[in-house]
Amino acid sequence: MAAPAAPAPGLLRFPAVRQLRFWLTDYRRTWRGSIYSSVLSPLLYLGAMGVGLGTLVNEHGTARLGGVSYLVFLAPGLLAATGMQTAVGECTYPVFGSVKWNKTYQAASASPLRPADLFHGHLLFVTLRLTMNCAAFLAVAAAFGAVQSAWALVALPAAVLTGIAFAAPVEAWAVTRTKDTSLSVIYRFGLIPLFLFSGTFFPISQLPAWLRPVAYVTPLWHGVALCRALMLGVATPAQAAGHVGYLVALTLVGLAWGNRSYARRLYV
Amino acid sequence: MPADAVLIRAHGLTKKFGSFTAVDGVDFQLHRGEAFGFLGPNGAGKSSTMRMIGCVSPPTAGELTIFGLDPVADGAAIRARLGVVPQEDTLDVELTVRENLLVYGRYFGLSRAVIQDRSARLLDFVQLADRAGDRVEPLSGGLKRRLTIARSLINDPDVLLLDEPTTGLDPQARHVVWDRLFRLKQQGVTLVLTTHYMDEAEQLCDRLVVMDRGRIAAEGSPRELIEGYSTPEVLELRFDPGEHENAAEKLASVPAQRREVLADRVLLYVPDGDAALAAVRGLGLEPLTSLVRRSTLEDVFLRLTGRRLED
Repeated sequence: MAAPAAPAPGLLRFPAVRQLRFWLTDYRRTWRGSIYSSVLSPLLYLGAMGVGLGTLVNEHGTARLGGVSYLVFLAPGLLAATGMQTAVGECTYPVFGSVKWNKTYQAASASPLRPADLFHGHLLFVTLRLTMNCAAFLAVAAAFGAVQSAWALVALPAAVLTGIAFAAPVEAWAVTRTKDTSLSVIYRFGLIPLFLFSGTFFPISQLPAWLRPVAYVTPLWHGVALCRALMLGVATPAQAAGHVGYLVALTLVGLAWGNRSYARRLYV
Repeated sequence: MPADAVLIRAHGLTKKFGSFTAVDGVDFQLHRGEAFGFLGPNGAGKSSTMRMIGCVSPPTAGELTIFGLDPVADGAAIRARLGVVPQEDTLDVELTVRENLLVYGRYFGLSRAVIQDRSARLLDFVQLADRAGDRVEPLSGGLKRRLTIARSLINDPDVLLLDEPTTGLDPQARHVVWDRLFRLKQQGVTLVLTTHYMDEAEQLCDRLVVMDRGRIAAEGSPRELIEGYSTPEVLELRFDPGEHENAAEKLASVPAQRREVLADRVLLYVPDGDAALAAVRGLGLEPLTSLVRRSTLEDVFLRLTGRRLED
């Protein structure tokens, strides 16, 4: 009989952290490229839309934007959208690939890790990536002069929460897919419509009245509204609590779903 | 724990996928220190059985205990003491040889120092020490297999599970893997393997079960199975395709315990192959080729199921 193994050192006591360490080892190969796009993407959007298009918008008056310049209005919307995009990017092909292409999930399943540990470990990694990308966005936005108050620092966790609210359910779904073509559905019918119509680029008061309730139930709208209220310094505790509550609830639904879907996929 | 303690016990173990029954009520026991094999063709239910033992596939019915524990309730505790070499490589091909061991060792909660120490020893053992810093992707199938074996030993397992360990390897690479597995066996590591290669089963297994269509057809040591289900020698005869059937009929008069007429050959199960060959020639039959050989597990399988292993 082998001697009983020494207890796992430090944070490796937590099985999900062991899986996080795998993703960090994996990320060491790709982090340079990812930093490049985390900075380039806000640079392009804020430059083209915030400054370029914004010059035209500002000439028509900005009362309906809350009296701030279009750049200042746009930045919080894009911050929340960065959370969503990062989450969907990290939770579709990487998750599908782990179970279908390189089978690292099957490899880890032979160890003491349980399917839920693999799920939670990847969510921890995604949280880290969200923090990096949203912080990079805020830094670029500040360089553009789109950050007006220190409240922007509170918008960072709000944007990360927005991303997690997407990450948990998307990941729970992606692990169940058997063909990679079905992943593109979430981009075409989820990501792009939400990006365009959730108040990112214009206030949803501009939408036809019948469409507005649709926007109110989409998760990105809650993320955008929360980030915008915080960055403009106009957040009220009740509204903020409503948005946070919605995003936390969506996260919890995703967690419960993923705990089941990971086990069903890996234990057959 | 006594030296011959029962480590794995299955009774009526069953696995169904929908209406398909992959494993149909099998019984077996595995003792500490033995090399135990599941021999059978593709689709016999070997891998499904292995996955249940590996605690990644809940049994549909029957009993299964591993180290006295329940694989569904105590899966994590059991897996902490198992090493698994899956049928399909699950290495991370983007990482280096050494990183694969590091990542995998962490899954077991091992410290970096312990992993580094064991990695050095294990890479020596599988003769991969000089490739430690190389990416896995360009490595040959045989080297990947050896790395998978090293990886499966990182937690110093009580039982090593090997699902078709040499399938897809060229003959030379197979022999290197067999040699390493044989050494592990000599060191007292408990091995459980599935294979559809009878030579692999004969070389590595102390005891095996012959599986077919989800059931266990026979159990014993390779020698017991051959003695119990076959004759000491086999005479293999090959005739001109045009005369094959005619010759097979005439052979009925040659005394033999059993006769198998395959598509391309006739097998006569006899105590003395040379004497039987003389009798065949005495009938005026002249086979294109003739071979006298000892019985193998392939013959046992043919006897038990009427089919060949590798078809």
